[in-house]
Amino acid sequence: MNTPQELKYSKDHEWIRIEGNIAYIGITDFAQSELGDIVYVEMESLDEELNEGEVMGSIEAVKTVSDIFMPVSGTVIEINDKLESEPEIVNSDPYNNGWLAKIEISNPDEVNALLNADGYKKLIGAE
Amino acid sequence: MDTELISIALEAKHKELGAKMVPFAGYLMPLQYTSVVQEHKTVREGVGIFDVSHMGEFILKGSKALDLIQKISSNDATKLNVGSAQYSCMPNEKGGVVDDLIIYKLEEEEYLLVVNASNIEKDWNWIQSHNTENVEMIDRSNEISLFAVQGPLATKVLQQLTKVALADIPYYTFVIGEIAGIQNVIISATGYTGAGGFELYVPNTGAEQLWNAILDAGKEDNIQPIGLGARDTLRLEMGFCLYGNDIDDTTSPLEAGLGWITKFTKPFINSKALQQQKEEGVTRRLVGFEMIEKGIPRAGYQIYDEKDNLIGNVTSGSQSPMLEKGIGLGYVTISHTKADSSVFIQIRNKRVKAIVKKLPFIKK
Repeated sequence: MNTPQELKYSKDHEWIRIEGNIAYIGITDFAQSELGDIVYVEMESLDEELNEGEVMGSIEAVKTVSDIFMPVSGTVIEINDKLESEPEIVNSDPYNNGWLAKIEISNPDEVNALLNADGYKKLIGAE
Repeated sequence: MDTELISIALEAKHKELGAKMVPFAGYLMPLQYTSVVQEHKTVREGVGIFDVSHMGEFILKGSKALDLIQKISSNDATKLNVGSAQYSCMPNEKGGVVDDLIIYKLEEEEYLLVVNASNIEKDWNWIQSHNTENVEMIDRSNEISLFAVQGPLATKVLQQLTKVALADIPYYTFVIGEIAGIQNVIISATGYTGAGGFELYVPNTGAEQLWNAILDAGKEDNIQPIGLGARDTLRLEMGFCLYGNDIDDTTSPLEAGLGWITKFTKPFINSKALQQQKEEGVTRRLVGFEMIEKGIPRAGYQIYDEKDNLIGNVTSGSQSPMLEKGIGLGYVTISHTKADSSVFIQIRNKRVKAIVKKLPFIKK
């Protein structure tokens, strides 16, 4: 299971790559592996301002559907259009081409509550 | 649940093959080895092997065995010859179904009943409660392993392991013979995938030898182990009912489209009420539907008509790996059961358009 050191993680199995006040969000390798074949990514929160923990979209796998939650509060400024036609990228490349959304962080303090790679590995029992 | 899970004979083997193991119906079972979609396509286009040893097996024997079966089973077991099998269900007294099952006629006065793992205890008690003539019943569920070898290349792979002429075994018949050096294996031309192939009932003592031999024999045809995930998507593409989803203690076999296994040629439990239901017509029926708009139906979602009337609910749903769109089964009021009827599936906060389809979804 791949858990890059440079990323932050939420307890809901999302990763966050912070670049200033902008953050890319995706789901972890562990999450994609648990979901199995992803066939549909629905992100309908573009331009919405959402609080940490609010649902920003959903991921449909063959066997199950899972919500995607805002790991920190902010405004969704971009969604990954590529996933419309190729949702399986989330399985094959969850940390790069399989990113889900780009948000503008509204409360930078919330970032401190996120897990680091070691904390996340502990959460999923990979350590 | 803190009840102990039952181990199937090859549990360690599946773990070694990289299976994701999950509790299912009280057994620890392989859900998937690689990916559901990939395993699904392997069965449709090549050959795969499933370990479905969780299924229950009861032997009923003696001069009164047939009478007991006729009483509990909706299909007509007098039509069975030694060497043939029959799909059926056990109606309850309230209009629903205790379980669906396959009945094999092993010998003139000996039958094998194959039931769902989740219902083994319930079925056993149900049959026993109607066993007024003391028919001998033996529960062999935890002594028998069951492998389903399914797909267009199944016969080719298995023929390397046996002298039994597999191509000569018609659908829903079986031969008891030797395969991979193991005696007394029930080689049954049945399955739950619509892809063709065989189901092999083997004593646990021979299970590993048979499993390994099949994987070896199938190497050049790229045989793969297949988990319960793909088993479910495969059966759904065929529109086969799954007990607990599409049929249960409250659904009538006639509503479920199982009229073809409900034979009023003889009395059986609740046959009078079901016959009356047949004459009066059912008010709802299980249908297949395909999503027109993007979305994946799931069991429990509600179904509406174009005028916002609630007309039913989804009982099974998934993405179809072959059609690459959402498909499902659900009960809808009789006015919306015709092919091409428009229905709307409530997927979270949206009504998503679907169309009623004639089953199976995948035509051969």
